[in-house]
Amino acid sequence: MLQAFQQHRWPLVIVWVLIIAAIVAAPAVLPVFGLKLLGRFLSLSIVALGIDLIWGFTGLLSLGQGIFFALGGYAVAMYLQLNSSSEQPNGIPEFFSLYGVDQLPGFWQPFYSPWFTLIAIWLIPALLAALLGNLVFRNRIKGVYFSILTQAALLVFFNFFNGQQKLINGTNGLKTGVTKLFGEEVGSDLMQRGFFWLTALIVILAWLAVRWVVRGRFGEVLIAIRDDEPRLRFAGYNPTLFKTIVFAMAGGLAGIGGALYTVQSGIVSPQYMTVPYSIDMVIWVAVGGRGTLIGAILGALVINLVKFQFQSLWPEGWLFVLGGLFILVVTVLPEGVIGWLQAGGPRNLLTRLGVPRRIGTYPRLEIDGKEEAKS
Amino acid sequence: MTTALLEMRQISVSFDGFMALRDLNLSLQPGELRAVIGPNGAGKTTFLDVITGKLRPTAGDVLFKGRSLLNKPEHRIARLGIGRKFQSPRVFENLTVEENLALAVSHPKRPWPLLSAGLSAVERDRIAHLMGIVSLQTRAHQVAGSLSHGQKQWLEIAMLVGQSPDLLLVDEPVAGLTDEETDLTADLLKSLVGDHTVLVIDHDMEFIRRLESQVSVLHQGHVLCEGSMDQIQCDPRVIEVYLGRNEEAA
Ligand SMILES: Nc1ncnc2c1ncn2[C@@H]1O[C@H](COP(=O)(O)OP(=O)(O)OP(=O)(O)O)[C@@H](O)[C@H]1O
Ligand SMILES: [Mg+2]
Repeated sequence: MLQAFQQHRWPLVIVWVLIIAAIVAAPAVLPVFGLKLLGRFLSLSIVALGIDLIWGFTGLLSLGQGIFFALGGYAVAMYLQLNSSSEQPNGIPEFFSLYGVDQLPGFWQPFYSPWFTLIAIWLIPALLAALLGNLVFRNRIKGVYFSILTQAALLVFFNFFNGQQKLINGTNGLKTGVTKLFGEEVGSDLMQRGFFWLTALIVILAWLAVRWVVRGRFGEVLIAIRDDEPRLRFAGYNPTLFKTIVFAMAGGLAGIGGALYTVQSGIVSPQYMTVPYSIDMVIWVAVGGRGTLIGAILGALVINLVKFQFQSLWPEGWLFVLGGLFILVVTVLPEGVIGWLQAGGPRNLLTRLGVPRRIGTYPRLEIDGKEEAKS
Repeated sequence: MTTALLEMRQISVSFDGFMALRDLNLSLQPGELRAVIGPNGAGKTTFLDVITGKLRPTAGDVLFKGRSLLNKPEHRIARLGIGRKFQSPRVFENLTVEENLALAVSHPKRPWPLLSAGLSAVERDRIAHLMGIVSLQTRAHQVAGSLSHGQKQWLEIAMLVGQSPDLLLVDEPVAGLTDEETDLTADLLKSLVGDHTVLVIDHDMEFIRRLESQVSVLHQGHVLCEGSMDQIQCDPRVIEVYLGRNEEAA
């Protein structure tokens, strides 16, 4: 048992080494443009970690993570806009004047405070997720109905943000590139390098946090919920509570990812809350490997890298590739790439291709077997 | 007069007009072992559903330690001290044998303590002890989904015992077990009696006989009669229920 575990561990170690090496080497070898890109993808892997927590471990397939992602982005963008608009007419962000608004809407006010913003980035999405989740979970809405409800919520939020020009600049979103932070332009090379390191650090912290939750007894309860939630109730556990907690946590992670993504892409807009984008997020995790945290990170990184490369070559083709990838994973690699590696996939593939398997304890067994068959 | 641990009063359950339980009365004294038998569809599983909060009765009341269980969610009823083993074994397939037992044994069952602390030494010992009782020590780190049917049955029984409820509701614990395992299960259940109150549902008459307990016969959602195994086997109504229809048909 232990031996088999160790045998299948090396692919994970390699993946980890590659990711860490890429992160450490990136600032030295990549131009700032490339660094920003990698930083953005790392931000997305934080969202993926949250999805893995609720879907991979707990069995909750949310198609609405874009809500929390965008909320985190809007929170940081609102702060940056306020922080840089003292020279603007009325001292409020420029876009307001386009719509003849000369008074800052009330809900913008707290975002003058950097501390409030730092907390709001994760707390608002987490609270919203807790509220939404609790409502759904306590009514015992499960499975595909939960997924549909999250998608419906996503549509509501998308339409609201898309339509409210006077409140939040509607479909144009909020730009952060030329805003200022610590007296420095957010889009500047220096700032972007800083954001890259910050993102890398937070990926590691998020990974540690999720790992802490899924390892150990809390994690066992999550898996039990995924396996047989009604049964768990009769053992004295309240699944609603556990589900609400992890859904809130995933919401918070999505918010943090959204904020980091926003400052590195220079904009937050309702496009972050489209239905296809939230489905993309789920596919990253499915491809990387549900229930393996490194799989979620890797899935988000690799798919987005491929997507980026692809879109400059053949923009319309990406959806086909993504669809194909999804079908491939569902049919051939239901556990995702990392799940496949962990289950000894490469070894099995070699065996199928005719390379004999070495047997640890009885090296002669196979030969003996053949001898016997001959005689 | 001793107060009953569990008292079901005039329980009725109707599924779209079909009465699965009709004015069912049943009470259990603390420390009692009770067997419930009855033909398929008699309502045995349904009445466990009512006690454990899975199903709300159409009429009647269930009292446990003098308090009504109606309107309480399942996990609260479980925490009051009622444990249940399901008819077809339900274990958590992606958790190991040890983890399954840890879930049952673990106390408290709220999120924060589970996050912040591991199992105590006492709980660890208890898990090892339970695995010993059901001979699953060698399978401790195997996922429960890969166990045989009989092993799952035993694992679930061990989980039920590990939960240390005051009242154990055991639905067909020996279905699919060998004779030897059946005997061991009977001994295990009997060893719990006194400290715990146990209610066992089964079809296996030999097993029920071994329990040497009071037997309640359920028929069409109603308690037909109660008594020792010998008494009820001579009861003409029971013979009628179990054999009568064959005679009618013949
Ligand atoms: N959810 C339901 N909806 C409709 N009818 C139901 C439902 N659950 C149970 N029944 C019916 O209620 C009756 C009693 O079912 P129950 O499962 O309690 O029987 P049982 O005594 O446990 O039988 P068995 O020995 O086969 O396990 C059956 O006729 C069954 O068809
Ligand atoms: Mg039944």
